Amino acid sequence: MSEPETRVASPPPAASVKVLSGVWRGLGPIVYALVAGGVLLLLMGRDPIGFYATTIESGLLSQTGLEQSIIRMAPLLLMSAGLIVAFQAGLWNIGGDGQFLIAAAVVAGLGAPLVGVLPYSLALALLCVIGFVAGAAWTIVPSVLKAWYGVNEIITTLMVGFIGIRLANLLIKGPFLSDRSLVPQTDVIPFKYLLPYLPGTRIHLGIVVALAVLAAVHYMQTRTSYGLSLRMLGASPKAAAHAGLDVKRDIVTAFGLSGGLIGLAAAVEVLGVWGYVRADWNPAFGLTLFALVFLARLNVKLVIPLVGFFAVLSIGGHEAARRAGLPNDFLLLLIGLILFFMVFTEWARTKGWTAGMRLRAAGRTSQREAALDE
Amino acid sequence: MSSLLTSEFLAALLSGAVIAGAPLLFAALGETVSEQGGVLNIGLEGMMLFGAYGGFVVAHWTGSSWIGFLAAIVAGLLVALLMVVFCVRMGRDQIVVGIAILLAVEGLTSLLHAAQFGTSYPRLGAVPTVRVPWLADVPVVGPSLFGQPAIVYIGIALVVVVWWVLSRTNPGLHLRAAGWKPAALDNAGVDVLRVRTVAVLVTGALAGLGGGYMAIVVAGVFVPFMTGGMGFIAIVIAMLGRGRPLWVAVGAFLFGIALSSATSLQLAGVNVPTDVVQMLPFVTVILALIIFARQSYLPSALATPYVRGRR
Amino acid sequence: MGEAPAAVELRGISKSFPGVLANDEVSLVVRRGEVHCLLGENGAGKSTLMNVLAGVHRPDEGEIRVAGRRVTIGCPRDAIDLGIGMVHQHSSLIAVFTVLENLLLGRGEGLRLKTGEALAALEEFSALLGVAVDPWVQVGRLSLGEQQQLEIIRALWRGSRVLILDEPTSMLTPKGVEDLQRVLAQLTRQGLAVIFITHKLREAFDIGDRVSVLRRGRLAGTIDEATMRGGTFAELKQMVVELMFPGEAARLARVAEIRGFEGPARRSRRPAAGPPLLELSDVLIPGARGEVGIDEPLSLAVHAGEVVGVAGVDGNGQRPLAEGIAGQRRAAAGDIRLAGTTVRALSIGARQRLGLRYVTDDRLGEGVAPPLSVALNLVSKRIGAPPFWVHGRTKKAAIERHARALVEEYDIMTPTLDTPAGSLSGGTLQKIVVARELSFSPKVVVFNKPTHGLDVKTTAMVRDRIGRLVEGGEAGALVISTDLEELLELCDRVAVLSRGRLMGVVENVPGAEQEIGALMIGGGDE
Repeated sequence: MSEPETRVASPPPAASVKVLSGVWRGLGPIVYALVAGGVLLLLMGRDPIGFYATTIESGLLSQTGLEQSIIRMAPLLLMSAGLIVAFQAGLWNIGGDGQFLIAAAVVAGLGAPLVGVLPYSLALALLCVIGFVAGAAWTIVPSVLKAWYGVNEIITTLMVGFIGIRLANLLIKGPFLSDRSLVPQTDVIPFKYLLPYLPGTRIHLGIVVALAVLAAVHYMQTRTSYGLSLRMLGASPKAAAHAGLDVKRDIVTAFGLSGGLIGLAAAVEVLGVWGYVRADWNPAFGLTLFALVFLARLNVKLVIPLVGFFAVLSIGGHEAARRAGLPNDFLLLLIGLILFFMVFTEWARTKGWTAGMRLRAAGRTSQREAALDE
Repeated sequence: MSSLLTSEFLAALLSGAVIAGAPLLFAALGETVSEQGGVLNIGLEGMMLFGAYGGFVVAHWTGSSWIGFLAAIVAGLLVALLMVVFCVRMGRDQIVVGIAILLAVEGLTSLLHAAQFGTSYPRLGAVPTVRVPWLADVPVVGPSLFGQPAIVYIGIALVVVVWWVLSRTNPGLHLRAAGWKPAALDNAGVDVLRVRTVAVLVTGALAGLGGGYMAIVVAGVFVPFMTGGMGFIAIVIAMLGRGRPLWVAVGAFLFGIALSSATSLQLAGVNVPTDVVQMLPFVTVILALIIFARQSYLPSALATPYVRGRR
Repeated sequence: MGEAPAAVELRGISKSFPGVLANDEVSLVVRRGEVHCLLGENGAGKSTLMNVLAGVHRPDEGEIRVAGRRVTIGCPRDAIDLGIGMVHQHSSLIAVFTVLENLLLGRGEGLRLKTGEALAALEEFSALLGVAVDPWVQVGRLSLGEQQQLEIIRALWRGSRVLILDEPTSMLTPKGVEDLQRVLAQLTRQGLAVIFITHKLREAFDIGDRVSVLRRGRLAGTIDEATMRGGTFAELKQMVVELMFPGEAARLARVAEIRGFEGPARRSRRPAAGPPLLELSDVLIPGARGEVGIDEPLSLAVHAGEVVGVAGVDGNGQRPLAEGIAGQRRAAAGDIRLAGTTVRALSIGARQRLGLRYVTDDRLGEGVAPPLSVALNLVSKRIGAPPFWVHGRTKKAAIERHARALVEEYDIMTPTLDTPAGSLSGGTLQKIVVARELSFSPKVVVFNKPTHGLDVKTTAMVRDRIGRLVEGGEAGALVISTDLEELLELCDRVAVLSRGRLMGVVENVPGAEQEIGALMIGGGDE
């Protein structure tokens, strides 16, 4: 069959148009989802404007709300970094919650005894490393199954994730159980040993760690041979093997790095906010962040504002849901809707439905771009 | 420990396995249909959850478990329709859409439940059981296996139906072709997208029914997030079953045993933490994957959208 | 004999894909009882035109008449209902299904499979074609020739009166081509119309009653029956070449596709080859599931300054051989040495660093990473190595400088260096792959079907590069190809592979093709 000639000759759109359409690509689905969610609120007899206003007010505009949102961003950003590393390499790490909780349990469990005997900063640094290692270790089974036997990692990361959630509970109720508390939880790390605040605020150091890690990940992806190896692997595993890359090593290390960063996210959350972990605690960031990272097209620079948006939504939305007498899970619906609208606008773009489309080249180009973005 | 082998324990274990395994059976049979047709249905959990919600609400209103089951099927179909539109028709990524479905359904059912019932959790009455003559009188095995609600027998019949359709009929042949080599099916003059659409809808109906069963028969109540990973277990069972309904049934039953052993063990006086019990099925899957990893194979066009003329 | 009535008539068919006009107002009449050959280069629009007829593509403009009636063909089903059957270049059989299941696909509206009818039909049409096919065997186990027969039987059972064969001989042995010719004669006697797509002149003249030539999406002309019967080969060839390459014929005369039946311009034998660079001794390389591997110990050497060819029909162990040498598969036994060093246990990357290169036949699938830029694909086999990477850090300027030089040297048609490779044409991709493999002084290059599916100019350029590679006597090449003429043009020696066995190695002297052909048949059971 003759492959039709695919080169498309059309002038590239002006840079400003490109930026605008790029921004809209990210924002459009969010706006649509907020509107659809608003309609649902209206149907349920709630005031959508009031709901969203409360969300913004208590998540962004109030001093504590803003600080809370920024504090929330730290683990979210670190976890996003972990997901980006895996997704760029074409590895679907969907078991982030298990990696997160295992690391959290280990950090909290070892934290209380360690902070007493080691110097302050050394203890914190060591605990971060422990979190990283715990998260990374929790990817070994899926990554080995994937690298050596080609077992679909979507299923294995999920399964191992579920096991992780349960095992974290067992750790908390078993070896790490505090005998000073009535509810099952770990010993509490005293407040003075937790991560320091940024000067003049009540925001802990985690956000700085997170931004630094994101910058490092971005550098790795764009400027190093290892980053290119991972991108090759993500772009075409066959091409990566053909090019002589050590695909097994890349799969195992990318998975490890991904789980490690997620473990670091847990360490930062435990050491910055809680100081302990209670049994059955599960913030369940995994699948929602999956959506956000996708919306950002695995782009580190886009992830930061999106995660900020989500943090505001989850801090402010908590208060708004409480006032409206609704469960917090409204947020899940919103994220689901955002994903649907994103998928839909992607499709509409390939069909030439949107205004931005006319500024672009023919259908196949954008289809190809969509493929690249995925 | 000798009490483990008493007939009470065995009876409780078997009957528990059937009760816990039935929703898995429905959902995994459904997933088998999808996977054979080339659609990896990650949204299965969402379909089950919506089926559970729809089934519960309608059964609660009408007081009839049968109407409840029908509503569960419809609910599953509605969610499957999303999958059809986005994945089959628009050819979008099946994993992204599957996760979107799960998140949206989790949020939506929780929201709707709160709006209707607030923080109360009304219960349904027990579903009547049907004793199979003769067989139900067999000691130990009889009452636990042959004294189940009628819907369980329907599930068992469905195993045979799915097997027959897949291996002996035109639609079954088309379905498998859609999963292995959609272009060949298209060239043979059969609409691939239609075949896959029907496959996904069947999956939705069966998963919805599985969810409805969980709410109406097992729990008698709807709780947000109540499917708790059952959909994902069903996906794994379908994968390990490799398109053979009988193996899917065996897998569902084995998982049923794993899930129900907690209560049975407690009856036998052995106390195992719930966390361990809830881990058990997943550990089993991982072990199964490690052992059978080399052999597992799936339709070659799985998770690939079909566009005519594109290779 | 008067003119037979038209079976199919295409009027003014146009079809465009984004960025390319594949068919431009093509009109064509195919009569009952004739074999109508469609000739043209790759990309001339032959397959697109036939896919329009078979319902795979919808035409943008133009009309189709079947048996005199104007019809609309919107999908493959319509085409089948109108009695148009197509045997695609890439088999549309399902390998894991049985012969019977493949026959039944798309048959019957009812619920139950009509197994009995299918068995009867298989028997009837097998007898008609004079072939035998086991209904219960998995199609993946049939030879390619048998698969093709099955596809023809399936088309006949669906009631096809017009049979389209898209490059049907590209995967057949000489014996298989003879069988096919016999089957086609049988069918045209029954009044069927056959459209036969090919890019080989000789075949078109041997098999066709009439020949139409497509060029750049347009119908360049048709040679009618009288001329076909009356003309000598040389005259006909001249006509076709003028139609295919107006004004360019002389310049392109060396290219095999045009040379056709003149016999290959044999490459002069090199006086003395240098020391062995690549040595395979008693190598076994297992095939993947359902694939023929190198199942009997194979020994072969490539010397410096030498091009060794591997002839054989596709699927006889070529890919396992190539991948086994490159390191993409492990040899189960035997030894592979590169310039005297054993590399059998080495990874792909380690073999590359020793100077072994592999030009894959799967350009888009593994030759390039489609979403990555042209520049990165040009250095993708040197990831981490200086001067492009220093201590793991990317030196963008060095990569671009290198890429720009290669783009110049190999005339790689790309808008920019940052263009994703996946958006380029097959010929351009092959230039990228060849440029990448031939840089940094290779010792041995394995070429797997290096010109398959390429246009004439790129083909010429690739063959020229293979010649230049070994000219200095520093490097050797192993060329695996299904195109015998290509091997005769390029190689000093030709090894013949059949059913995973090395049948023999033939010196490329006059008369070699007969010997090679004999070896190919000797090993096959077609």
